[in-house]
Amino acid sequence: MSLAVRPEREIRPPAIQIRGVEKRFGDATAVDGIDLDIQEGEFFSLLGPSGCGKTTLLRMMAGFEMPTAGAVLIAGADMTAVPPYERPVNMMFQSYALFPHMNVADNVAFGLRQDGVAKSEIAGRVAEALDLVQMGDFAKRKPHQMSGGQRQRVALARCLVKRPKVVLLDEPLSALDKKLREKTQFELVNIQEKVGITFVMVTHDQEEAMTMSTRIAVMNAGRILQVGRPHEIYEYPTSRMVADFIGIANFFTGTVESSAGGVVTFRAQGIDAPLTVAGDLAPGSAAAVMVRPEKIQMGREAAIGVDNSVSGVVKEIAYLGDVSIYHVRLDSGLVVLVTNANLRHAAEPAVTWEDRVHLSWHSGNAVVLP
Amino acid sequence: MHRSPALLAAMFVGFAFLYAPIALLMVYSFNASREVSVWGGFSTKWYGELLQNQAYLDAAWLSLKIAATSATGALVLGTLAALVLVRYGRFRGRMVFNGLITAPLVMPEIILGLAMLLLFVALEDLTGWPDGRGFTTIAIVHTTVGMAYATVVIRSRLAQMDESLEEAAMDLGARPVKVFFLITIPVIAPSLAAAWLLAFTLSLDDVVATQFVSGPGSTTLPIEVFSSVRLGVSPQVNALGTIIVVAVAVVIGLVWRLSAGKRR
Amino acid sequence: MRVAGTHRELGRRLVLAVPYVWLLVFFLAPLLIVGKISLSESRLGIPPYEPLIDWAQSGLAMVKVSLNNYVLLFEDDLYVQAYIQSLTIAGISTFLCLLIGYPMALGIARAPEKARGPLLLLVIVPFWTSFLIRVYSWMSILRDEGILNHALMAVGLIDEPLIILNTDWAVYVGIVYSYLPFMVLPLYASLEKLDPSLLEAAADLGARPVRAFIAVTLPLSLPGIVAGSMLVFVPAVGEYVIPSLLGGGDTQMLGKALWDVFAQTRDWPAASALAMAMLAALVLPIALFQRLQTRLEEEENR
Repeated sequence: MSLAVRPEREIRPPAIQIRGVEKRFGDATAVDGIDLDIQEGEFFSLLGPSGCGKTTLLRMMAGFEMPTAGAVLIAGADMTAVPPYERPVNMMFQSYALFPHMNVADNVAFGLRQDGVAKSEIAGRVAEALDLVQMGDFAKRKPHQMSGGQRQRVALARCLVKRPKVVLLDEPLSALDKKLREKTQFELVNIQEKVGITFVMVTHDQEEAMTMSTRIAVMNAGRILQVGRPHEIYEYPTSRMVADFIGIANFFTGTVESSAGGVVTFRAQGIDAPLTVAGDLAPGSAAAVMVRPEKIQMGREAAIGVDNSVSGVVKEIAYLGDVSIYHVRLDSGLVVLVTNANLRHAAEPAVTWEDRVHLSWHSGNAVVLP
Repeated sequence: MHRSPALLAAMFVGFAFLYAPIALLMVYSFNASREVSVWGGFSTKWYGELLQNQAYLDAAWLSLKIAATSATGALVLGTLAALVLVRYGRFRGRMVFNGLITAPLVMPEIILGLAMLLLFVALEDLTGWPDGRGFTTIAIVHTTVGMAYATVVIRSRLAQMDESLEEAAMDLGARPVKVFFLITIPVIAPSLAAAWLLAFTLSLDDVVATQFVSGPGSTTLPIEVFSSVRLGVSPQVNALGTIIVVAVAVVIGLVWRLSAGKRR
Repeated sequence: MRVAGTHRELGRRLVLAVPYVWLLVFFLAPLLIVGKISLSESRLGIPPYEPLIDWAQSGLAMVKVSLNNYVLLFEDDLYVQAYIQSLTIAGISTFLCLLIGYPMALGIARAPEKARGPLLLLVIVPFWTSFLIRVYSWMSILRDEGILNHALMAVGLIDEPLIILNTDWAVYVGIVYSYLPFMVLPLYASLEKLDPSLLEAAADLGARPVRAFIAVTLPLSLPGIVAGSMLVFVPAVGEYVIPSLLGGGDTQMLGKALWDVFAQTRDWPAASALAMAMLAALVLPIALFQRLQTRLEEEENR
């Protein structure tokens, strides 16, 4: 067994299509030519460091920014030049942007009133939306009388009540503290599944993106580096930048020695024996092999029958509670990170400082990246 | 946020409205014709006449002296008042104090002028001071008004000031009075300068309240100007106005450049 | 340590006492005297009023209170007219200021950040130049043979000069012109604080720009509107220079009436009564303004 099975993607009509979109502010290029389809019903995340253009891309979907070039289609219709107030999308702002002079019910009803929905219908839909986010009892509160988490729910209700084609979320959880954020992640996903509306979320938090999304687009410097399901992005990154941005990664740089039958033999700097790794690259090309720390087995004895094996000395141990991260220095000076789950209570660790250890991993658990 | 052309146009009209009369005044101050609104060729003769006009010169000198005195008084009192309002927290009489300090900002000057005159008359009746009206009485009135404005300016700066600077100085061994002069004053210095300038300008410009409390022989520049323009337009006043506008523009420009340089 | 403590307490009290006493003596006391004199009878002489408190031989203070001055105010059409006209002129001028000032403040608040400082400066500069000169500058513009009429006739819009100077129209122009910065500055302050994402949220929820303005911008700039309106309305009611220079014979405003009574008739009690009447009209707006100031201050302290 070498490759994890990639389930086939269901084909649905795209909720959002981005066609060759560019956005420049003066000399600065925020979005540098992006093509992207987001399917209906997806929980899609735009993930990247700050300044990578993800928020600008989201704001172009909402209609707050006009692309310098390219087109934005929503549910198949070209919306590039359509102002925000005529688009069938709603945004949840990072600051929530609740109107401070209106109470919760009026905030939620605002969008319906703009559409001229009948008064009798508004009351029902507002109540329904508030119940959905469990804020039914807060209808008469003003925004400043609520906690951050409550405001976040109201902001969500305000988006959902209009039954938009797409809900856009700009760093929706960044204003919440860690505990609440984790709880809210699941609630948001549950609500999204319940209403079945496409969600597009901007975040710089990779854990958040991994937990919540059906698919993730990793962005950097105005471009999309990779689009895929969370496990694809993590296990099968297509570039060193993605591998480095998501999770922790060990990189061994070197050259491809040979490539046959989906297996590459690789000569890495600082490692004597050649490495084998699943993949397909032309012999002689410079590349890097990436192995995640948790994919590496560590023991005092050399493992038998494994594809790749190196040995070194434990130099640092970072105890994180659930896991510990070991910094192992190979004889060449190269440092490899290994995580080990702390499975037992107060157990003497099997490996400690200055121990010589053997590290090994399966060739299918590593990736070779150009 | 998109700015609509209509908004830009409205803004432009607003600024034109603010500046057109000043611009016209300046242009016509170089008009050779006495007939103020008919252009009779370029001339600087009104400036010459203005500088020969002893009444204006005397009045200007008195006004400058009063303005400097009252601005300084307003600065000291305003600084103390701002300190009280920002640093004293709640104390008995704070409401009254706050009311008293902000009321001159909105009190019609004509009431203030009358009230001050009545006070001075009553005081003179009781104590013999002030002996008649003039420099002192005008300066007191201007100080009271200037103090209210100075307080607003200094107070907002003081409220923004990081109090840990003062705490750090005290922690390092400086006594409160020393802290005030070594730390607080330098930090809020720009607002002190602004407050002094504001009080100075207000004093230099005041007609209404001054009219009540000035006596014979204590005619300030605005009173002199006011009594002459009541009779109609005067080319000398155009020249004077131009000088004032240019002087103010130069001072504001300098202050702007200085503060912009500091911010960088 | 105790000595140092009492020293400090003394210092603190002194810092409070100096401005407090100044304001009591040179602001509150004069107003009380005005109130007192408005209740006394006028007489010929210096000072031209009867003392309110007479120490009778028995040593008992005899308080002589007379409401005559106030009765006079109500009976004299001239003063009633001046009262009504002052409020009307100030009210209309305030509204005009708001109409002109709001787009200016909004324009500045939405200008690129670099441009805001200079634009604000442009609003403030006229405020620093002489008020008197600025009012005066309109005299040569609005005169019958003034710059405006010359220009309008040259363009052919009118054949006869418009009579503007020495009418209420000129007073409106003068007040709006002089007090416009007072309207723009507080408006700008409240508009600048407005979170732009609120307007984006409104647009996102389907509100066109005009609707978004009415539903979001306008209500949230209400504190600025109130503050600006007070800063224009209150001094405009008591305005003296502008009606004197630009107004006509039938422009009766309280400020001018007060000065005339004081300087020409030398009826100080009547002038005081007028001042109190003027204050009465302004108490409500001033109190409103102060409450707003206090609330804003509390919000900032929070």
